[in-house]
Amino acid sequence: MKISMDIELKDIPGQLVLALKPVSNLGGNILSVLHQRDKKTPSGRIPVQLALEIEERGLDRLVERLKEKGVNVVRIGKERLKESMVVLLIGHIVHSDIRETIDSIDSTGFAEVVELSLSMPGVDKKSSASVTLSAIGKEELKEALGILERTVNKKGIMVISSI
Amino acid sequence: MKIKPKAVRISIVGFGNVGGGVAEAIRRKQEEIARKHDIDIKIVGIADLKGVIVNENGLSEDAIMKLKTGEKPEDMTTLDVIKEVEHEIMVEATPTNVENGEPGLTHIITALESGRHVVTSNKGPLALQYRKLMELAAKKGKEIRFEATVGGAMPIISLVRENLAGNGIISIKGILNGTCNYILTRMVEEGLPYEHVLKEAQERGIAEADPSKDVEGIDTAVKLVILANSIFDRDVTYKDVEVAGITDITPEALKLANDAGYVIKLIGEVDRDGCLKVAPRLVPKDNPLNVGGTLNVATIKTDLAGDITVIGKGAGPIEAASAILSDIIGIYISP
Ligand SMILES: NC(=O)c1ccc[n+]([C@@H]2O[C@H](COP(=O)([O-])OP(=O)(O)OC[C@H]3O[C@@H](n4cnc5c(N)ncnc54)[C@H](OP(=O)(O)O)[C@@H]3O)[C@@H](O)[C@H]2O)c1
Repeated sequence: MKISMDIELKDIPGQLVLALKPVSNLGGNILSVLHQRDKKTPSGRIPVQLALEIEERGLDRLVERLKEKGVNVVRIGKERLKESMVVLLIGHIVHSDIRETIDSIDSTGFAEVVELSLSMPGVDKKSSASVTLSAIGKEELKEALGILERTVNKKGIMVISSI
Repeated sequence: MKIKPKAVRISIVGFGNVGGGVAEAIRRKQEEIARKHDIDIKIVGIADLKGVIVNENGLSEDAIMKLKTGEKPEDMTTLDVIKEVEHEIMVEATPTNVENGEPGLTHIITALESGRHVVTSNKGPLALQYRKLMELAAKKGKEIRFEATVGGAMPIISLVRENLAGNGIISIKGILNGTCNYILTRMVEEGLPYEHVLKEAQERGIAEADPSKDVEGIDTAVKLVILANSIFDRDVTYKDVEVAGITDITPEALKLANDAGYVIKLIGEVDRDGCLKVAPRLVPKDNPLNVGGTLNVATIKTDLAGDITVIGKGAGPIEAASAILSDIIGIYISP
């Protein structure tokens, strides 16, 4: 399961490593870490946003361990893909391995193809698809679009993005 | 007693749709312009491939008609007219050439060298040699105005330079080619393939026999370059633009876009961070850029005034003539 988590660290060295360690110990996977050293909470702690992948049952244990280590867990979000956009593809989409195209996005960890509609007028004709991309933030969404464009441009597929 | 209006003598080089439209607009508006702006516009020379006609007191309608039918041209070349006939403004309306800008480039340079202001609807010279032409004009203390080159009658260059003066311009995005807009609009309305609608547009005189400049995005790119250079102070040519056209757009793609709440439009986009691109884009149906038919539209993003959107007829000889006329008047009434 992919989740986002906002935590707060004490302002002393080594805290980030301390907080990330239990994730891998519990078989989880860190997808992204947003560490804003220059921002502080009123109580002088440093806020960090994590995106990670972990088994549902591991989540409670993770929160427990973080607390033991003095890390505040302030929010856990299961709806981590906050930003989305629709793009259209035109070309020989199916022939050119649509699976690979989708994987190029899904494997980023920060973005996914959440919806795809395909319209195929005829075997030798170009097909069209509308693809909904979702990502954990605006920047990541932009990056996902860039990855999509690079992947399909090689295959002679045109990408139509939103203004 | 009212003082006599200032005589402004012009030449028209390239007497096709636009050149003819300028003559027609002047004929219709001469008195009104003299009354309102104290400028008496006189056409003293016209040059075309069919020949040239000149009359330093102003060409009669009769003489102009005769040129159109190819009668009685003077024994002079186009460049002779620009150099030797006394006048204040040369109006350039020869065909746009994006390979080398000619013949317009030579016409404009010659006019500036001869101490004439220039008003042009021809995009080629500006898309290739903008900086050089502006520097020459500045050196000669003359103006080059070119409102007709982008968006036809839709005011955009003077809007930004005059009415929005003081604003930082962040970006301009828009539909700058009426032919593409017409084709995409009709494809949505009828659910028909591109080739079919293109043919219809050709039959209705909206697309040219060779539509490649329009449908491949070249015309939009050229206009974008003019905006980039004149408004964003860039130094780019048509070759710097990332261009895609509309020839691959399918009815199925338009349908999918529609289902998701969008239309597809050929959008030119330029911004102050270096973006310079023409591509089919998804436009939300409720966005002001979603205009249909042959209309042109542009949204100007500014730092003080926010977003400003202008919509207008992008092409047509009288529309282009309207922009040329406002440029001519602008040279005399601007501060
Ligand atoms: N039409 C529009 O709605 C519109 C709108 C905005 C801007 N523009 C631009 O305005 C310009 C004129 O457009 P248009 O529609 O009027 O084109 P057009 O009807 O083809 O007129 C061009 C005229 O220039 C003449 N010409 C060609 N080479 C010449 C030369 N070396 N010396 C003198 N005259 C020459 C042509 O003569 P021949 O007929 O004998 O070849 C023709 O009469 C183009 O650059 C176009 O891109 C047009």
